Amino acid sequence: MRFSLNDEQRSFASAIDGLLAGADVPAVNRAWGAGDTAPGLALWGRLAELGVPALTVPEAAGGIGASPLDVVVAFELLGRHGVPGPWIESVAVAPLLLADTPHADLLEGLAEGTVRATLAVDGVAPYALDADAATHVFHVSPDGIAVAEAGDAIGSVDPSRRLFPVTPGERTPLAEGVLDRALDLAALATAAAQVGAADRMLRTAVEYVGQRRQFGRVIGEYQAVKHRLADVKVALDFARPLVHGAALELEEKSSTAPRAVSAAKVFASETAHGAGRAALQVHGAIGYTLECDLSIWLLRSRALHGAWGTVAAHRARVLDHLTTAR
Amino acid sequence: MSHTHPEGPELTDSERAFRAEAREWLAAHNPGRLPSMDTDEGAALHRAWEATLAEGRWSVVAWPEQYGGREASLTEWVIFEEEYYLAGAPTRIAQNGISLLAPIIFEHGTPEQQERWLRPMTDGSLVWAQAWSEPEAGSDLAGIRSRAVRDDERGGWVLSGQKTWSSRAPYADRGFGLFRTDPEAARHRGLTYMTFPLDVPGITVRPVHQLDGDAGFAEIFFDDVFVPDADVLGGVGDGWRVAMSTAGNERGLSLRAPGRFMAAADRLLDLWAERGADAPHLRDRVVDAWIGAEAYRLYTWGTVDKLSGGGDMGADGSVNKLFWSELDLELHETALDLLGPEAELRGPGAPSGGSWVDDHLFSLAGPIYAGTNEIQRNIVAERILGLPRGENRRAGA
Repeated sequence: MRFSLNDEQRSFASAIDGLLAGADVPAVNRAWGAGDTAPGLALWGRLAELGVPALTVPEAAGGIGASPLDVVVAFELLGRHGVPGPWIESVAVAPLLLADTPHADLLEGLAEGTVRATLAVDGVAPYALDADAATHVFHVSPDGIAVAEAGDAIGSVDPSRRLFPVTPGERTPLAEGVLDRALDLAALATAAAQVGAADRMLRTAVEYVGQRRQFGRVIGEYQAVKHRLADVKVALDFARPLVHGAALELEEKSSTAPRAVSAAKVFASETAHGAGRAALQVHGAIGYTLECDLSIWLLRSRALHGAWGTVAAHRARVLDHLTTAR
Repeated sequence: MSHTHPEGPELTDSERAFRAEAREWLAAHNPGRLPSMDTDEGAALHRAWEATLAEGRWSVVAWPEQYGGREASLTEWVIFEEEYYLAGAPTRIAQNGISLLAPIIFEHGTPEQQERWLRPMTDGSLVWAQAWSEPEAGSDLAGIRSRAVRDDERGGWVLSGQKTWSSRAPYADRGFGLFRTDPEAARHRGLTYMTFPLDVPGITVRPVHQLDGDAGFAEIFFDDVFVPDADVLGGVGDGWRVAMSTAGNERGLSLRAPGRFMAAADRLLDLWAERGADAPHLRDRVVDAWIGAEAYRLYTWGTVDKLSGGGDMGADGSVNKLFWSELDLELHETALDLLGPEAELRGPGAPSGGSWVDDHLFSLAGPIYAGTNEIQRNIVAERILGLPRGENRRAGA
């Protein structure tokens, strides 16, 4: 199983990490939130050079046809760096849905990074994320997929997210099972992004408590602070195997894959939630400001908590699978 | 393989055959739950079960063949444990010896000690008690005061002092622990790893009843007890290093087989199916217990990968211990809440013979033994996250 990443995945990860570490993503994120999407779109283009938007596009359409584990590797890093934009929509959802429809001609552009898709999905994603920065907007229901018109933006708890109600046009039916697979991959990518956010918040907190002094000593010396952060580390170390395990199950199309995805989404979201709470607490008042970079991951993880299936819905799905399988 | 947890990594044909063989043997021999091992009757039955296991060569699957093992891989060990817990086979009275002492004997014991002690601890004929803690040395183990004084004439050491919370001691044959051989040396230095019989003059074992009502603990009083040099493990004054050398041992308590928690999570789901309708508010906790067991299963395969590649757990052992001990506690508390007012019932007439409450009582000890969870959190914070030691002088352990 191998539960370790292979060399190719490791170098893919370090390429993404290297690019994003040098891209001042917090500034890109804040600009995006202020309505200036140019730096974020430029970053999209640079990530396209590494193949990130091409991951799930089939090779025949100019993509990579990568595995769910590759998707996980990429999204953990996008999450860790707080990259803004409709990435989950364009990479985890759109390519699968568009493949056998009249919209399949968009796949090549998606892979190249020149097409950016966003979408709303009945019952799971009521609003389309960042429709103003996307080139194509869709609406999906059990009856199929439709090109859609975006309405006026609604704000999010995460300033770098804008949500749009959409009005669908004419629908094209989707092949059997395609929507379920796309939604599973979206939930998995979200879980990976949450692991990335948790990881970043923990690092940020560790760095901060190692410098901040109160009562004559760095606050990282206090056991209350240590124990709080140790618990985050424990959760994080157990979230990753769930996410990786779910990716492997999706790849094998195992009958328990949906359950594994849901378990990963629940645990990763709770881990990010716990990491955010702990990081905010050990930062104190500075953490409660938008000036502090912590806000980027704290608010993003809150938004993703309910994205692509709420934690409650995913818990229910785990239990549903468990009780019907017995 | 349990009902609800998938097979795990791509197993080889021989690993699958190993699983089938274990499952078949357990189905034919498993006596199921036995009376508590910390009672006269239960101790005898548990020893007999160890003998049966040894006869089938299932007592220590990962050990070398010359000591009754099968030289199983780590993956096969995890598989065996899964099958063992899935079958609901008895708790292991041999565990202290097999998990805690044997790694030390393999690494530091003389060939004569290996010959004398390893095999008998696998068949129930030699049950070991641990004798680490003292009234003034619990988490702060280096505060040990029990002494060993040199006796050149007889060629050995004379022990005096007291140990406490010694698991299994009322029904065990021998004990092992650290004694201060150099009263001048500070804390960790000047300690030596000793083993001793529990039935010799000068030793008094006073049973201490644990929360479950059985004598799982004892105080051990040493009143000039002679220990020959042949029963000292490792070098004189080297006890701390010897004791800690296998702390991250792959088959010690730091790596608990996931089978235990997977089986418990499956039983919890059965209980939910039976009683969940009356307690819908417990749904999330039931799901989370299962997810936790699944996370532990997957994490363990990652650890197996790492250990198989020659790594050791190091401080990750603390991450691991924190997780399983909290999971175990939460899982059992959820079960008790599902049982409602019947949760307090024990023994015959109680739901499932009181097994939920018994297992819950055991789970309460998890965050305390093998290094309290507070000590483990210090280790994680200081050795993994790199936070400064400062306030507490040492990270414990």
